[in-house]
Amino acid sequence: MAHSETVARPAARPSGAMTAAWVTVAGWLVPGLGYFLHKRWVRGSLILLSVVGMFLLGLALHGQIYSFNTGDPLDILGWIGDVCAGLLYFISRIAGVGAGNPSSVMGDYGTKFLIAAGLLNLLAASDARDVFLGKKK
Amino acid sequence: MSVSHLTAAVLFALFASIVFGITMREGVREQVRYGLEAFAWFIGGTIAGGWLLYFLNPH
Repeated sequence: MAHSETVARPAARPSGAMTAAWVTVAGWLVPGLGYFLHKRWVRGSLILLSVVGMFLLGLALHGQIYSFNTGDPLDILGWIGDVCAGLLYFISRIAGVGAGNPSSVMGDYGTKFLIAAGLLNLLAASDARDVFLGKKK
Repeated sequence: MSVSHLTAAVLFALFASIVFGITMREGVREQVRYGLEAFAWFIGGTIAGGWLLYFLNPH
């Protein structure tokens, strides 16, 4: 029986051999790129602005970027949050920034900003994947 | 760089609300509405939490 329910279809899929996994990885590496691949310029720009802004603010507040570790569980979770920021994390590690200032209250704020930026980026990359798969408009 | 606690909280709420609005809802109108709601909850929760801590330990 026919029904009038509208099925969301993938619109403006990226051409070539792009797969959902690649869209997710692209969105993880560069904030907003997952949306840019769908020509969702406004969404991508807002994600880029938000994630990069939060990450840079975290650095400006002398937040700490965690390196890979197998010690304290909170440190491991901190590293996972940081690495979710994609290239921002790797560039910061290479540049040697993000040493942190544990004695500063603002430094602690900055550390949380850096982790939150990564987690928000992961959320956006996952959403861009859903858009690619047609699960979301 | 140093900012006040409130400024840091507002900036955090702003950036997080934008991402929440985009990722949690479909359609521009719903996204904007959800983003504004999230921002209000962030700020309201921050202020309420601040007052709660004040009354727990006013000194």
